[in-house]
Amino acid sequence: MELTGHLVLDTVLWTLIKVLGFLFVFVLGTALVLTWLERKYSALLQNRIGPNRANIGSFRLGGLFHMMADPIKMLFKEDFTPTTPNPIMHRLAPYVGLVPVLVVFAVIPFGPTDQMQISALGVGILFIFAISSLNVYGGVMGAWASNSKWSLLGGLRISAQMISYEVAMGLSLCGIFMVYGSLDLQSIVRAQGQVLFGFLPAWGLFMQPLAFVLYLACAIAENKRAPFDVGEAESELVAGYFTEYSAMGFSVFMLNEFVEVVMIGCLGATLFLGGWQIPGLVEGTTPGMIALQIAAFLLKALFLVWLQLTIRWTLPRFRYDQIMRLGWKILLPAALVNLLVTGIVLMALDRA
Amino acid sequence: MAKLVDRMQPDLVTQSYVIEVAKGVALTSRQFVRNLFGRKDTPTVQYPEVKTPYPARNRGRHRLMRRPDGQVRCVACMLCATACPANCITIVAAEHPDPGIEKVPTTFGIDLLKCIYCGFCEEACPCDAIRMDSGRHAIPTDTRVAQKTAIVSLLDKDGPSTAVQGGEFKADHAGGGHH
Repeated sequence: MELTGHLVLDTVLWTLIKVLGFLFVFVLGTALVLTWLERKYSALLQNRIGPNRANIGSFRLGGLFHMMADPIKMLFKEDFTPTTPNPIMHRLAPYVGLVPVLVVFAVIPFGPTDQMQISALGVGILFIFAISSLNVYGGVMGAWASNSKWSLLGGLRISAQMISYEVAMGLSLCGIFMVYGSLDLQSIVRAQGQVLFGFLPAWGLFMQPLAFVLYLACAIAENKRAPFDVGEAESELVAGYFTEYSAMGFSVFMLNEFVEVVMIGCLGATLFLGGWQIPGLVEGTTPGMIALQIAAFLLKALFLVWLQLTIRWTLPRFRYDQIMRLGWKILLPAALVNLLVTGIVLMALDRA
Repeated sequence: MAKLVDRMQPDLVTQSYVIEVAKGVALTSRQFVRNLFGRKDTPTVQYPEVKTPYPARNRGRHRLMRRPDGQVRCVACMLCATACPANCITIVAAEHPDPGIEKVPTTFGIDLLKCIYCGFCEEACPCDAIRMDSGRHAIPTDTRVAQKTAIVSLLDKDGPSTAVQGGEFKADHAGGGHH
């Protein structure tokens, strides 16, 4: 198709609006709020008060301004670089970790119609696998370039852990492609609009319940958060792979973690909770319907974010060998069994 | 005697974690809701705004008493400095203009970094010239030097004593508490 200059400009503008609205307002906004919310929420779970001192004049709002005060403080602190043979790598590492996590949002369909997706890639989910695996480089580079034993041990742990769980996560999602017959996330969401047995929405959660559990476990492990936080391991390795980071380097690593929490929420909502589908409603075409379905998607994503926070503050940590055993001996076989059963059922349904 | 503890043998359902995690999430969520509406389980005291009272017999802050006419009651007899187990009291004595009173301190210094807040100075004093207030926090300062010099200003402040010069027995003093 021949694109006129006007149309190109339109497309670019429209993409920019989507990037701004979805990525910068929703994703980074949620990540920013999470920096305060996680501390406050965990405090409420544990009978503590949590951060509540930051204020503007007499407005405290329960400490909501901590999410502004912390970045400002981080900006003005000394960004310390340890004596290392590789200062450039040390400086680069946090951003190498952050960029892939942000790029993944490009293929997440956050609303109905083909427009509500920053980039409508046909191989969306493969793109997510490919890009999100790059995330490990940030941590490992940072750990290597920090010239510290704590960091190196943390880096070794996260690289082993993330690569192990990548396998199980990929296999656990294979069942979803088989059921919905597509790699395109928007098509997967559309397929989830069907109805099972007359009342159940055909969401991934109901079609592939085991895959949902596996996905959540693997995703939390991929994100290196408790109960899988051996890479950070404050009780053993100071702060693991980012021990030697201060100021913005440190906060970019933290931001990375929170953005990934939102990413896991968005991807989980897309694949397992029906994305923007509201049971009983057809795909919206009017602005009101589209807004409603975007809101549904964001709420589902936020629900999974909440679930991750609660799991993180509920469970004790796994030991390193337990993590490896869980990943290779339980999650991976379970994903394979899930795949096998899904295949058999699909073939049986085909024959019938 | 070592005690043998049976290791828990979780069944398969428990080992699958899923139900146990759901139970845990339910438990923490219940606590979250409880704390969101009420905070009955939170023992934290918001310190600068809310203060818990000190124990009744706490000795927090030294205070030099004055005569009804406003002069310092201390006669620089050095009994407190002698009784002090930490050697933290420095008194420089001078002649008093009134021939009825022997001496007066020109400097009454207490090194708060050395002071152990034992209250022996208060017990030793025959003139009810030094007291240690209960219910008040020790003097906070920003520097270590200030801890040594802060007490010098004690000569310039605080109210008159109700005791009679010469150490007449006072019921409230003997009780140990000051108000």
